[in-house]
Amino acid sequence: MKRGWLLLAVILLGAPLVVQGPFYQRMITLVLLSAISASAWNLVGGYALQISIGHAVFFGIGAYTPLVFYQHWGYVPLAGIPVGLLISCAVAVVIGTPTFRLQGHYFAMATIAVAELVRIVVTNWKFVGGAVGQMGPAVPRTVWDLTFRSSLPYYYIYLGVLAVLLGLTYWISRGRMGYYLRAIGADERAARSLGVPVRRYKLYAFMLSAAFTSLAGSLYALMVGFIDPTSAFGILISVEMVITAALGGAGTLLGPLLGAVILVPLQNMTNSLFGGGGTGLTYILYGGIILVLARFEPGGLLEIWQRWQTRRANRAEAAEVARAA
Amino acid sequence: MIVIQVIVEGLLLGGVYALFSSGLTLIWGMMNFVNFAHGEFVMLGMFAAFLTMTWVAGGPVLFTIVAAASLFVLGVVVYFALIRYVLDGPIIGQILSTFGLALFLRYAAFFVFSANFVTLPDTYLSGTENVLGIYVSIPKLVGGVVGVLLTIGLHLLLTRTAVGSRILAVAENRDAAMLMGIRPDRMQALAWGLSAALTGVAGAMIAMYYPISYGVGESLALIAFVVVSLGGFGSVPGALLAGILIGVIESLSAYYFGPAFKDVVVYALFVAILWVRPQGLLGTA
Repeated sequence: MKRGWLLLAVILLGAPLVVQGPFYQRMITLVLLSAISASAWNLVGGYALQISIGHAVFFGIGAYTPLVFYQHWGYVPLAGIPVGLLISCAVAVVIGTPTFRLQGHYFAMATIAVAELVRIVVTNWKFVGGAVGQMGPAVPRTVWDLTFRSSLPYYYIYLGVLAVLLGLTYWISRGRMGYYLRAIGADERAARSLGVPVRRYKLYAFMLSAAFTSLAGSLYALMVGFIDPTSAFGILISVEMVITAALGGAGTLLGPLLGAVILVPLQNMTNSLFGGGGTGLTYILYGGIILVLARFEPGGLLEIWQRWQTRRANRAEAAEVARAA
Repeated sequence: MIVIQVIVEGLLLGGVYALFSSGLTLIWGMMNFVNFAHGEFVMLGMFAAFLTMTWVAGGPVLFTIVAAASLFVLGVVVYFALIRYVLDGPIIGQILSTFGLALFLRYAAFFVFSANFVTLPDTYLSGTENVLGIYVSIPKLVGGVVGVLLTIGLHLLLTRTAVGSRILAVAENRDAAMLMGIRPDRMQALAWGLSAALTGVAGAMIAMYYPISYGVGESLALIAFVVVSLGGFGSVPGALLAGILIGVIESLSAYYFGPAFKDVVVYALFVAILWVRPQGLLGTA
């Protein structure tokens, strides 16, 4: 077990040394980013099974705030990140408070509606650039602008954030809150009857998830330096978080990372194989993957692996017993 | 005068909203299940009408029947191939299944028809009439009237016929219905077929006056969510009332705040409904 963690850390730390060329280095950086936002979604979507299809709203707020700070007041984009976090948490409360009284599909529908609402408002809002969007610093004034030509600095920043997020997720999942969230996900009514403060903990998870999604948005904006309503608030941003987490295994610690490791290269591949029209094919493929997953393995890939592990353990135990007898 | 014009437009639009939303509410009321691909079904209905017109010619009656029939088949197929298996599973599978379907259908349409908008050729229903100083577009009038009539028809089907009673029996209690000799699977497949056929008709109606493209489903699905939550989940009369109301609200907000914000008002209304009256106007519970 410990060796596995060490191996994972070595692979993640060393990957940029093995992967050569700006294209592939950018790709592995985007894998980490995708893993961060999917892990953030996983906190509320995976553990508490409150399926949000509107997380783009937090991603977008996080992406816009630093660039707005830079464009309007000339601050380093970093200064906007905490503000984005706060706004995202506030929005999470606004969406979560009414919808968490209700169960299941309501929440998913409400999150889609809010994300679309915010996208349209931002598209028509002159202050934040309307349909054109926002630009970051093209040339770094100081190192604190976090504008680098190479992907590598971003890679290690993202890796640090991912490590913190996964550490936090692990800590939460082992503690009281983790038990509460899993209980809510398994059967909300039963959890409530056992005295779990259901609504409060759903809201905590949602706020935490919103904060980290917002951070992911900020990190993305810092790297690409340009943001428009579709690339920040579009429904496909939300979809990617959901499918990444669900493919690897929603409600598992490493599922989102696994999903990102599979999906980001896949998307790069379809885009470079089919060119501009590949966008359509990518999402046909995504839709197909989600469909098949929901139909056959709603638990995701890690569940298949765990099942296989259990079977192997059982077989080993049976062999042990047989030998003893 | 112009406000009356706007309200009339809204009423006619609302009839069609009621039509495709009643399909969504039927599925919800019967199996506590939200079809996230509902908007894409409407989009396919629009394309079905378009393809019928361009390949076979014929008029509105033909393409409406073709759209309804092909969507009915799609609904039944989707039920038997997908929904049946996720219905009793975890909620993540339920939501992801139709959401994945929506994504798949939307981008399959993008792939086949490209991102361009297409419009239906003129039919004998095209044109506008001046009624007492109000301009009424004939396709919108037909769409609104057909929408209201079919929604009432669905309500009558559910409440006044044997098939309707069976559907409601399954909705009430699947096991008890089974003991009464009703096959829940068949009734649920029928509900999916009916729901999809209604979106097909709605799509055919909308296609007569609205440009067709792969992406129309997204905003239509959101409108259906708003209508269904306002009318109360599972209530067909509620969907009728709420559909017409939303049509009028949308028209008025487009008039007062500009077309870009008409959806903002409707979505904001949705969030407001969830705050103050989550069971909807006519809903109980």
